Amino acid sequence: MLSRDEKVSPVRLTAVQYIILAIFLLLAYGLWRLQVIEQASYALQAEKNRIRNVPILAPRGKILDREGRVIVDNYPSFTALLLRDQSRDLNADAELIAKGLHMTPDEIRSRVRRSASMPQYQPIFLKEDITPDELAFIEAHRNELPELDTIMAHRRLYPRNGFMAHLIGYVGEVTEDMLNQPQFEFYDPGDVVGVSGVEKQYNQMLMGKNGSRRSVVNSHGKEMQQLDSTPAIPGKPLKLTIDVDLQIAAEQALADKNGGIVAMDPRNGEILAMVSRPTFDPNNFAVRISREEWSKLVNDENHPLLNKAIQAQLAPGSVFKIIMATAGLQEGIAQTMKVNCTGGASFYGRYFKCWVTAEHRVHGVVEISKAIYQSCDVFFYTLAERLGIGRIAKWATALGLGQRTGIDLPQEVSGVMPSEEWKIRNFKQKWYAGETISVGIGQGAVAVTPIQLARALGGVASGGVLRRPHVAFPGDFPGNVLPASDLPDEVKVPIDPANWEIITDAMANVVNPIGTAPSAHLQGIDFAGKTGSAQTISNVAKARLANGKSKFKDNGWFVGVEPRRNPEIVVCALLEEGEHGYLAARIVSQVIKAYVEKERRQPTKMARSKADKVQIAGVWNLPDEHDGSDRLQAGRFLVDLPKKRLPLATAARE
Amino acid sequence: MARYVSFRDFDWLLLGFVLLICGIGVTEIYSATLHTKFAGAHIKQMYWILGGAAVMFLVSVVNYQAILEQVHWMYIASIASLMAVLIFGQKYLGARRWVKIGGNHFQPSEWVKLILILAVARYFADMRQKELSWPDFIKAGMIVGVPMLLVLAQPDLGTCLTYLPIAVMGLFLGELRLKQALAVLLLAGLMLPVGWHVLKPYQRERLTSFMNPDADKQGSGYQVIQSQIAVGSGGIWGKGTAKGSQTHLAYLPVPQTDFIFAAFSEEHGFVGALGVLLLYFIVLMRLTQNAQTAPDRAGTFVVMGVVAVLSFHILVNVGMVVGFMPVTGIPLPLMSYGGSSVLFMFLALGIVMNIRMRRFVN
Repeated sequence: MLSRDEKVSPVRLTAVQYIILAIFLLLAYGLWRLQVIEQASYALQAEKNRIRNVPILAPRGKILDREGRVIVDNYPSFTALLLRDQSRDLNADAELIAKGLHMTPDEIRSRVRRSASMPQYQPIFLKEDITPDELAFIEAHRNELPELDTIMAHRRLYPRNGFMAHLIGYVGEVTEDMLNQPQFEFYDPGDVVGVSGVEKQYNQMLMGKNGSRRSVVNSHGKEMQQLDSTPAIPGKPLKLTIDVDLQIAAEQALADKNGGIVAMDPRNGEILAMVSRPTFDPNNFAVRISREEWSKLVNDENHPLLNKAIQAQLAPGSVFKIIMATAGLQEGIAQTMKVNCTGGASFYGRYFKCWVTAEHRVHGVVEISKAIYQSCDVFFYTLAERLGIGRIAKWATALGLGQRTGIDLPQEVSGVMPSEEWKIRNFKQKWYAGETISVGIGQGAVAVTPIQLARALGGVASGGVLRRPHVAFPGDFPGNVLPASDLPDEVKVPIDPANWEIITDAMANVVNPIGTAPSAHLQGIDFAGKTGSAQTISNVAKARLANGKSKFKDNGWFVGVEPRRNPEIVVCALLEEGEHGYLAARIVSQVIKAYVEKERRQPTKMARSKADKVQIAGVWNLPDEHDGSDRLQAGRFLVDLPKKRLPLATAARE
Repeated sequence: MARYVSFRDFDWLLLGFVLLICGIGVTEIYSATLHTKFAGAHIKQMYWILGGAAVMFLVSVVNYQAILEQVHWMYIASIASLMAVLIFGQKYLGARRWVKIGGNHFQPSEWVKLILILAVARYFADMRQKELSWPDFIKAGMIVGVPMLLVLAQPDLGTCLTYLPIAVMGLFLGELRLKQALAVLLLAGLMLPVGWHVLKPYQRERLTSFMNPDADKQGSGYQVIQSQIAVGSGGIWGKGTAKGSQTHLAYLPVPQTDFIFAAFSEEHGFVGALGVLLLYFIVLMRLTQNAQTAPDRAGTFVVMGVVAVLSFHILVNVGMVVGFMPVTGIPLPLMSYGGSSVLFMFLALGIVMNIRMRRFVN
């Protein structure tokens, strides 16, 4: 029996002391291991925790017109972020945040839930492109809602309402596919690159180089202190050959009819205006486009995303007669040719009608000049028969049909110029002589783009000098921008001066009372051109299928030059389902008129009328890079640039 | 007999070391909470320490033997309070640990610890055999086992485990036989798979992340990794007060409570951390010495119970910080911020002082 005062075994007490000593030695060893042996590795990890490289986004270069007016600008766009600060109850704050950002609390809560599996330092993107009052809300609630933050990105500000949209193109985030291609090897995921138009063609020049900043970042990704930074190199501004005044005239001339216009200076190939309809508003892509909106654009049967000036391949119709005339005269056949037009003629056992029968008239005796300004089909059927497809194809190809013009825009199409070889290559069939007759009036398998026609007719009017069209000034490019095409800048097709005069004089008569487009006549302006009305479907099929349905209406074409010889400008208009070339001629005449009036230092009627003015990117200031102001007129709203506020750490890449 | 008791016999040396550790704790709380929403916590902590010291003096004057006479009532009361928590407790972060009395949150599991120390001491002091019999062994196990199960049900695995060393220490000093020890270990080994089944998913996660912290770097392995980075990057001399990047950029979770030792090690390095460990060691040795000089078996058992709890806390907390132990949410006594923990320590010290002051009595 033990008494209450019996002592506890001193051996066991001593044992406890040794056990405690052992525990402390173990802990001391743990500290030694971490703090002495592996100190360097842990110090490095602490630095990696603490310091993050935050990209400084470089703004893309502005796009300017030939006179330096800003067409495409950038504006600072703010995205609202939610930092997952563990000391905040995000569910409770959701009400206030939702109110300030015009969202619903449930929307915010579900975003927080969905991001639960993401690393804590990665902030949640709440709302892109927030409005100034939402930005003001975040700034005003810095203390109450420390988990709210913003990140600034430069977004593209394009002209409104699809003005020049096809030429400019638009930008988008670089895709996985693109990153796998060698030419994109220096791009990072998340980079914004040009996807179409000039934005794509001159992406390398327009895209700046992002800088980076080493910053001390806390565990919620909030930037606490800046260490050092490499500045971003902004993209270079791109000056286009486009003249905004002329572009406005062209946009308004085409209005909302389907088709395209291209205006070019044939002396040097500079594109002065380029329009395609229907159009789209690239500003809708600048932030994010909804799936429905995108599929609507892609599936629209009028192809709003297609730049018809370089991507529509259609039969040129009677405009082709200028190529025929050139071939006929140069081959020495057309000069002496006289044909009696009785409203049609038979070739190879088939009767071919002249368009004039529709008006219950005949052309009578026709020589080359009248054949051009009256667009007599019978004359050109006969000429085609005499020339044969070989010589027609030779001249059409020399004048650039059936091949790319080499314009510095992506996805130009080549069109088709049929020939015997072409038929065998593509159809494994012999060319039938009867097919040549249709080709003579620009029907059959001939398919051209507006840019090809403009270049070809501009070339003929210039006496046989064809220039490669371009929208940017070649001299402006830094060395690393590759030329758009390996096609030659200049092609010479020798045309005899006498023939040149015959053709150009006949073209001038087209817009005279004796021609096919008298309503396009411009008083006091040496305007010349050629109409075309091309069938989109054969007459037989048309009669069978459509009872005059708009779907099978003829396409109207007109290519006009000013002045008639050695022109300063050539304009090609395509009016889809426009029925008649003379309607297209009126459109071209408006553009030519705007050009001449500007040349004569007269402001165009369009520029004078205020109500109708096209809204181009908000900024119309001179193209100098920095105006030093803290406020930027950014078209859609005034943005106050935050003063000396630390930008945010997000999207941080290590 | 009270006239024999004098504060001259109070263990001033022990109190000095304890207050030194508390002071280091307060400085580190100040540093760790600087510029956070917890700023000013060090002032609150000082109030808790002052209050704790006062309670310690109060407890030291009441004869511990009188307290031990009433310990069965206290034991019943603590079981009742643990049940009350389970039934009426406030749910916070998925566990019922608090009851609201007046305006204050009260966590009874902390006080139960103290009562368990006394109950176990009384049980072994009253035992009359030299060797521990099987029924005594089981009864002693039950005294601790029942409240353990109640706390586990809250669920609070961490606190539940802190009761374990009380039983182990009691059994060890109560002449536990080798056979019995082996039996316990065997039983524990057999219970392990069952225990794993009983654990909550977050507890299992903590254990797996402890075994392999890299498996889920941003999830539950995060705390383990960040704590080791904090300690390791401190190096030999540390980064300096309020200069620890892990602590001040919030990579280290709760640096003022469970991970205060990691924060301290980051800012004061191996030298500082070793110094603090040394202070704790001195305190523990001093306590063991007081146990040896206790006037009776009960006194020895009480003091050694305190030693067991304190050592266990240090082992688990510092072990967690250096990566030897899983994350359990056990604070470091005397340093971690928190009223319950501070008051428990000072109450326990009050009883130790009580026993020491009566060492020459009888």
